[in-house]
Amino acid sequence: MYQNFAPIIIFVTIGLLLAGALFIVQSLISPKFNKGGEKLATYECGEVPEGSAWIKFNIRFYVIALVFIIFDVEVIFLYPWAVVYKSLGLVAFVEMMIFLLILVAGFAYVWVKDDLNWVKLSVKYGKGRYSELAAKEESSP
Amino acid sequence: MSEVFFILIAAITIASAIWVVFSSNLIYSAVALLFTLFGVAGLYVFLYADFIAATQVVVYVGGILVLIIFGVMLTNKIADNRISHSSRPRFMAGVISFFIFVLVMTVIFTTTWHTGEEQIATATVNTIGEMILTTYLLPFEVASLVLLAALMGSALLSRKKHG
Repeated sequence: MYQNFAPIIIFVTIGLLLAGALFIVQSLISPKFNKGGEKLATYECGEVPEGSAWIKFNIRFYVIALVFIIFDVEVIFLYPWAVVYKSLGLVAFVEMMIFLLILVAGFAYVWVKDDLNWVKLSVKYGKGRYSELAAKEESSP
Repeated sequence: MSEVFFILIAAITIASAIWVVFSSNLIYSAVALLFTLFGVAGLYVFLYADFIAATQVVVYVGGILVLIIFGVMLTNKIADNRISHSSRPRFMAGVISFFIFVLVMTVIFTTTWHTGEEQIATATVNTIGEMILTTYLLPFEVASLVLLAALMGSALLSRKKHG
């Protein structure tokens, strides 16, 4: 059975080698001394970088991730079903459709209950690059 | 040949697990956990459990780990590096860990392990697929209901109270 997993080992090895080769190439062709300052700044398409890349995520991502995991587990049940589908035929199809239908009911539930809707930001002017600008526009007229 | 791969995978698993524990940054710990979970999937392959290995990769590496990273990213002041876990009572932790280590090692070396003939196992996914669609059809469909309950429960708990 190990032979079935040889392609995975080969893929992982090639992936690691490619990633490692990129690091080696960049260390070979990059300038050897570092002047610091602007060179170390994060490249943000020419803009001055602001804050950390690690921001606090919207809480909605978590709910969607929870829903995702449920359907992830569902998909893992589809895997052995798909393997034996040809030999079992219509019976397997109907059985799996019942299985899926029950879960689609759950999906309909979260959809109807607005759990998938995005939370609107309640902050009027968030603190950011343009917050002072917006405040100025507010007061000018 | 397979022993070389086994030792390699076990080494990756243990090394990344140590990295998970000792990294002072939660994000780095979560990324190291990726290698640990993937290594465990590799160990399942050596147990001839190819379906469990696929489940490990799809559910744990693909799902639970994303959830853990979201959980880290949802915490306040994530940019603040001091949020990392502190390991203060090192002495007591060391003593307890040592006794657990001795206990586990004692069990490992005093148990008489039954070693039979090595069996040439084939892929288990076919058998599992046939079993869940014929013999164990009812538990399979009930599993769907369990998933439904988990889905509705998690949606209900994460909802704001006014709903």
